[in-house]
Amino acid sequence: MLSVIGLKLKQPNKWKNKMLITDLFQETYSALLANKARSGLTILGIVIGIGSVIAMISIGQGAQGSIKASIQSIGSNLVLVMPGFQRGVGVQVSAGRGSAQTLTQADADAIQNEITLAKAVAPEISRRYQITAKAKNTNTQVVGTVAVYPEVRNIQIDTGVFISDQNVLSLSKVAVLGPTTRDDLFGTGANPIGQTIRINRVDFKVIGVTKSKGGTGFGSQDDIIFVPLSTAQRFLAGNTYVTTISIEAVDQNSMTTLQQQINDLLMQRHNILNPQLADFQILNQQDIVQTASTVTDTMTILLASIAGISLIVGGIGIMNMMLTTVTERTREIGLRKAIGAKKKDISMQFLAESVMLTFLGGFTGIVLGWIISKAVTQFAGIATQVSFLAVILAFGVSAAIGIIFGYYPAQRAAGLNPIEALRYE
Amino acid sequence: MIECKKITKIYKSGPSTSSGQAIETWALKNVSFKVEDGEFVAIIGPSGSGKSTLMHILGCLDIPTSGEYFLDNQDVSKLSDDELADIRKNKIGFVFQSFNLLPRSTVLRNVVLPLVYTGVSRDEREKRAKIVLQNTGLEESHFYHLSNQLSGGEMQRVAIARALVNNPTLILADEPTGNLDSKTGEVVLETFQNLNKQGRTIILITHEKYIAEHAKRVISLKDGEIIEDVVSNRSEAKTAQQMEE
Repeated sequence: MLSVIGLKLKQPNKWKNKMLITDLFQETYSALLANKARSGLTILGIVIGIGSVIAMISIGQGAQGSIKASIQSIGSNLVLVMPGFQRGVGVQVSAGRGSAQTLTQADADAIQNEITLAKAVAPEISRRYQITAKAKNTNTQVVGTVAVYPEVRNIQIDTGVFISDQNVLSLSKVAVLGPTTRDDLFGTGANPIGQTIRINRVDFKVIGVTKSKGGTGFGSQDDIIFVPLSTAQRFLAGNTYVTTISIEAVDQNSMTTLQQQINDLLMQRHNILNPQLADFQILNQQDIVQTASTVTDTMTILLASIAGISLIVGGIGIMNMMLTTVTERTREIGLRKAIGAKKKDISMQFLAESVMLTFLGGFTGIVLGWIISKAVTQFAGIATQVSFLAVILAFGVSAAIGIIFGYYPAQRAAGLNPIEALRYE
Repeated sequence: MIECKKITKIYKSGPSTSSGQAIETWALKNVSFKVEDGEFVAIIGPSGSGKSTLMHILGCLDIPTSGEYFLDNQDVSKLSDDELADIRKNKIGFVFQSFNLLPRSTVLRNVVLPLVYTGVSRDEREKRAKIVLQNTGLEESHFYHLSNQLSGGEMQRVAIARALVNNPTLILADEPTGNLDSKTGEVVLETFQNLNKQGRTIILITHEKYIAEHAKRVISLKDGEIIEDVVSNRSEAKTAQQMEE
């Protein structure tokens, strides 16, 4: 046959009849660039949606993390016994939880001696007092306790020593300061060992300073003064009651049993038959962590759902833009079909456009969300945590939005009749 | 080679009335003809004669209501949309009255476009596109211009190059000079004549008699029927009835 213009006539075309991925990418790229402002604004909708979801989840998870850390920092495998309601016999009026003076040193000793699952028992009495040292003074929590307290409540000594058993036995007037209290009374970083402080008109000698725990939320555990339990009972409180008994379980699995055993023991000691009338309450650290987690989980879901609404609005923006694009490019679609594009080729092209939009938006949104959560940590002091899971989720959601909201416009484009599309004005 | 056997196209329009009958329009009535390879045929007729419908069926953009259409001995009258798309991609080149170029793309990109759907490599595509562009007489300096910066005549030559790039069996031109002045129109028609001399089969749809005269054979349509089929270089004229015998 004739060789015409370099292409041989009647030579059958042998090709795969398939569009290359690179071509799809190039079509998408040039189509989005053709309408920079419109593409940009549409992407912005997704950026805001994804960005706020990431920021909200990271704030929620950060809050959860810091609450958990602060609960864990008060000790491990901890069971707390506190006074319950103060109730007279047959009287239904209660004076409020925790107000009863029902727990004594003897209760603590009984737990120590009779319950084998209790690894260490630390009774304490705490109350706020005005403290003076030289010219400065402060109002802070004074905790009277025993030598085992640092072990139970996870406290470490920075300088000096903690209260010893000997101090408790001999009613020594010695005190261990928290770092914040030390800063308040003696100046930041000063060494107060050997100095005297005055609590409720009684002089105490400082023998140690604890390490900072950096507690937030639940009240600082750094602004505190420890004194021997016996000294506090005798010179400060004037009675033998205790306000809290902290018990460390031997391991995590025995906590529930331990809690039950303490309950039985105290009921028996206090001569209470009806559990409803118990004059004490027992808190299990595990329960506190779980309750706090439930609260923060709910908060995270709430925040993320509100942010999710903006994501849906962004998705509708994508759909709106794609429908406009399909209408504008009707003739082009007609031409593409006339020169051999199949339905799938056309729908892939428009779907790729919307997925590209959401992908760009999703990526920028993740960066924005990350910046927002860093800014929140920086300026508002709230701990945040951008988790890998949240990022993967955001990417998945943005791709899904591209497909879901791009599907209808793409189908509409693919379904156009080429003859009518070519005539479209 | 093209062969149409008793092609009929009926359009149904209008909402079904209470009597349940939609209005039927007969666009083509039992049209039969044959076009051999290398022919240059003009299909002429006033608006409403059915020539556009015929072009859509010949171009595999539409299928007839009844009758058979053989393209290179393959019956394409009952294929699905996607099968028709493959036929268009491999065997047919379109040239439209309004050019239908992608305005914000370069000349080369426009010509390459049909090959995008074939999976042919980028280098091979550009090579083929440059060959056909040179063949339509467009200056090489224009290849990287945006297509909306060209004159009408240049645009139509780009469109012709695009129709040629997939090496089609058949080139279908629908009023290719309709948007051009007579002088540039003449250049475009000469381009078609040159392509025909090189062995291309060309079908030209027009309503202007003087344009149809550029073709070697003229088929006249009226009310959906062939009323005349004239081969210009010969003295005798064949009618549709004679052809059917």
